[in-house]
Formats: sequence, structure tokens, C-alpha cells
Amino acid sequence: MSLRTKREATKRRLDYELIEAMVSQGSRVLDLGCGDGQLLTELAQYKRCPGRGIEINGEAVLACIQRGVAVYHGDMLEGMSFLRDRSFDVVILSQTLQQTSDPPQVIQEMLRVGDTAIISFPNFGYWKVRLQLLFTGRMPRSSLLPYTWYETPNVHLCTVTDFRRLCGELGLERVREIFLVPPSRLISATLPNWRAGLAIFQIRRRS
Amino acid sequence: MATDEEVAVAEDSKLGGARSVGLVETQVWTCDGPPLELECGLSLGPVTQAYELYGALNAERDNGILVFHALSGDAHVAGYHTPEDTKPGWWDIMVGPGKPFDTTKYAVVCANVIGGCKGSTGPSSVDAQTGKPYALSFPIVTIGDMVRAQKLLIDHMGIGRLLAVTGGSMGGMMALDWAVRYPEATASVLAIATSARLNAQGIAFDEVGRQAIMTDPNWHGGDYYGKGIPQAGLAIARMIGHITYLSEEQMRAKFGRRLQDRESFGYDFGTEFQVESYLRYQGNSFVRRFDANSYLYITKAIDYFDLAAGHHSLVEALAGAKSEFLVVSFSSDWLYPTAESKEIVKALQANGISCTFLEIPNPYGHDAFLLPNEQLAGTVTGFLANVQRRVRERTAVGEARP
Repeated sequence: MSLRTKREATKRRLDYELIEAMVSQGSRVLDLGCGDGQLLTELAQYKRCPGRGIEINGEAVLACIQRGVAVYHGDMLEGMSFLRDRSFDVVILSQTLQQTSDPPQVIQEMLRVGDTAIISFPNFGYWKVRLQLLFTGRMPRSSLLPYTWYETPNVHLCTVTDFRRLCGELGLERVREIFLVPPSRLISATLPNWRAGLAIFQIRRRS
Repeated sequence: MATDEEVAVAEDSKLGGARSVGLVETQVWTCDGPPLELECGLSLGPVTQAYELYGALNAERDNGILVFHALSGDAHVAGYHTPEDTKPGWWDIMVGPGKPFDTTKYAVVCANVIGGCKGSTGPSSVDAQTGKPYALSFPIVTIGDMVRAQKLLIDHMGIGRLLAVTGGSMGGMMALDWAVRYPEATASVLAIATSARLNAQGIAFDEVGRQAIMTDPNWHGGDYYGKGIPQAGLAIARMIGHITYLSEEQMRAKFGRRLQDRESFGYDFGTEFQVESYLRYQGNSFVRRFDANSYLYITKAIDYFDLAAGHHSLVEALAGAKSEFLVVSFSSDWLYPTAESKEIVKALQANGISCTFLEIPNPYGHDAFLLPNEQLAGTVTGFLANVQRRVRERTAVGEARP
């Protein structure tokens, strides 16, 4: 099987391939909420990246161990507190920021242990989300926001504009912004807060 | 409560079953080298160690795994000594063909610790100089001394660099000590339900156990061999131990306030509650298989253990470690709590050492590591397979270099 078809054969999350493209060869990678370790496994295989994961779900941790991914079972802030400053080149948080109890603290901790952070999140400013709320009067649900209001782990949803503002308040540099429309179509950066269903930001401290 | 998988393992583990190592024999090796210089300043020799080996060392000699036993364990990890044995070795659920420590892939060794009473030199052994059992003239041994003795054995067996060292509880302490003492001598460490140092509560329980033995009139300052043994004291020590190995939740589920073989209170001091009956049974069966002085020596070794001793911090102590680590704790273990496993993980991470940590949710307390658990089994299986793959990749790369 060729590398290409092998990669296509793997079921992947919509933003994984784009995140992978943003990570350079051999970078030390920390993946927060790494799930079953798929992204880290691929980064190790295709980009020779030594990786670590932090994951709170025990079953997912077991899957990581079986894949050979070094993983910490527990809360991401606690897990990061054990790590030295700048011990990673890249820290990844894929579609989980909105589930954390303290997003600014998570972001600052990411940029303490790592040089750059890659953060993806569902954009609550997406026009379909806005219209759902406007016309149905109910909490929006979609492939990116699949939960009912009473079972959602998403306690801190934000929009592209909100995130950009937070970066400003924290004094962070936005190195790169990528916007997508579900399921996986890349779009331009024109009016992203209306048009993007999912955003991926690469950020770092201002030097 | 057992899952289908656990029932299947138990069935296959019976003597003659597909996943049993079958009949095994304890081997004995006496080191003919110089006496072992101990941490306490005294020396011990000649040192005899009892061990068992399961599976075979491969041609590359890269598949050896050393298992360290806990306080009351011995070299008999898996299989049966005689066809009449009703119970297999103490970690038979984990060691055997197709089990996590798969004896078709790995050569698994376990040795009785020095200071013990199951074939290795300990206080009940005969001192060659006096022709009598050592008793309390046996020097105090530490976890480090036990580990150094086992390194001699592993070298004698020609195993070289191990694929893994592992153990639960005290065995986990030994695995950690090995990784620090002999960084090149193992590719990985599986530290299960353990700690880098025993906490004050743990020392306190050990001391109550020791006092129970030493205040038994039959103890005679340790010199009871050939006379009546301090049965009552050792049984009490074991009862206390068993309380610390279980959780409150587990005791409630297993015994509650139920009475044993009776409907109502007898208004006397007989064994009435099921939990009393359980503890007495555990205490009484223990005295038949364990030496009271060994209990004193081994608990003392556990109490003394502090991986950070001689260093400024645990971080510094682990700085030289060169193995991959797997640290596993159990949520209801209050003797070696999760927080202490996290201390180990924290120190490893601070050194940038590859480490995987898993807390298994489980109601069985400290004893959980000895009970069937699919998550532990899957974790060990997966971790070892990946360690072996990486070891072989590195070897291949090393050989490919000009």
C-alpha cells in the first residue's frame, strides 16, 4: 500500500491533516486531549515527531498505550504543570478548547511548555449556527456541535472574533489562521467569523 | 463480578490449560563471589537466591523481563509446583502463554528477595559461621540491597539488558530502584501501585505489624527457630496488612456488617462479623507460609525506601534514568495512592523521560494489582509490545550504521 492510500485509508478527523501540515519534521509535539493517539501516531510515522499526549478518558489512554504513544492520564492543566518550560516545539489542542474550564490559562500553559500552539475550535459565529438560533430559537446543533444543550461538554464556546480578541488580550501573536467549512473545505480569510465552521490558529508569544 | 474474559483466563490458567505455564520448579543459585556489601555497612554472604524462569531467552537476549514481588510474595509467579497444587503462582493472571507477560515472547524471571523466607538468604537461613539460623543477627537489608543481589543473578543468568523490570507495591519500588541504579540494564520500567517512598501512614501500619510480632511472647528476640513461632503476632500483622490492602468500599461490598454462620449477636468476643472471620482466616493461613522475622526485615526495607535519598529531589534522583516508564495506579488504593504515582510521573516528565501514566478506576484498593483487570492486562500487553518494537528498531538502526 502506498503512503498516500494508507493515509487515506485511516479515518481521520477533519482538522488532523491540516494540523499535521503545520507541524514541521522532527518537532517535539504535545497533544492535549489526544484521544486514541491517532494524530501523534501519524506525526511520528510521517514526520518523525517525538510526541506525548494528555488524555482524561481511560479507554482512550489504553488505545494510546497500545499504539505506543506516551500518554498522561488526567487533566490537561495538571499534566502540563509537570512539564518544563519550552519542552515542546508544538502543543496541539484539537477541538477541545471550548471544553476546558479556563481557556486563557490553558492557552498560556500551552505557550509555557511549548514554543507554538495550534488550536482548532468550532466557530460559534458561523452563519448556520447564527441562523439556527435565530430561526429555530433553540441551541444550535451540527456535525461540529453535536450535543444537546443539557449534555454538552462545550462550556466555553467562542467565535473567531472572540478568539482573536483573546489572543490580543494575552499578548499573543497569531502566526497562522486556517478556516474551513464542514466537512473539510478550505475557505479564504474573507469574513471568516461568518463563513467558517471550524478555525485553526497557530499562535505564539510575542518575541 | 468477573467478566467473560476473566473467567476464560481463569479456566485456561488451570494446570494443563492453554494459558498456563504448567508445572514449574524453583531454582536456587548461590553467588560464589565476595559477600554483598550492604547499605547498613555490614556484609552478607554467601547469598543464595531462589528464582523461577518462564519462557526462553532468545538468541538476541533482548526479551528478558524481571518481575519483583511484593512484601509477602515469592519467586513463584506463575504455574504450579505440583499437580496437586490448588493455586497457581501469585501473578499467574499476568504471566503465561498469551498473557500480558507473554511467556511465548518473553523470558520472565522472578527471584525471592534477600531477607525473605522462600528460598533466598534471610533471617531464617542458617548462618554458615554459627551453624544456626541468623535470626536477628541477619543484617538489615534495604530495597537497594535486594535489587543489587538480583542484578548479580541476572548477570549470572547471562540475560544482559532486560526488556523490562516490573512489580507492584514493594516490587514497584524495586523496579524504580533498578532503573536508577542500572540505567543501561533495562529498556523499560512498569511501576504498578507503588511509590518513590512510603508515606507516614504506611510506615505507621508497618510498625504496628512489627510491634504485634515483637511483643508476642513466642518471639524471644527473634530467636524462636525450632521452638514455638510467634503465631499470634504474625497473624495480627497480616490482619493489619489486609485492612490496608482493601478499600472501605470493597469491605462494605464484600462483608458489610453481615455475621458469619449466625443469625444474631452472641454477646461475647468470638468471631461474629464476616470481616473478622476473613481477617482471622488471612492471618492464620499466613503464619503457615511466612517467617515472622522476614516480615520484620522486609517491612523495614519498605519503610526505609526513598528513591530521592542522597539527592536533592526526586527529579534529580531520576535524572539518569534511561528507560521508558509506565506508571499505573488504582483509584481506590489508599496505601500507595494515585498522588504518589503522579509524583513519580512528575519527576520523570521534569527530566524529559518518556513516561506513560494511567489511573485505573477500580474499587479493590491496593490489592487491585493482583486481581484480574482487563485494563491493566491491555496496558501491559500494549506497552511491552511497543517497547520491544522500539528496542528492535534501535538495534536495526545501530547495526545499519557503518
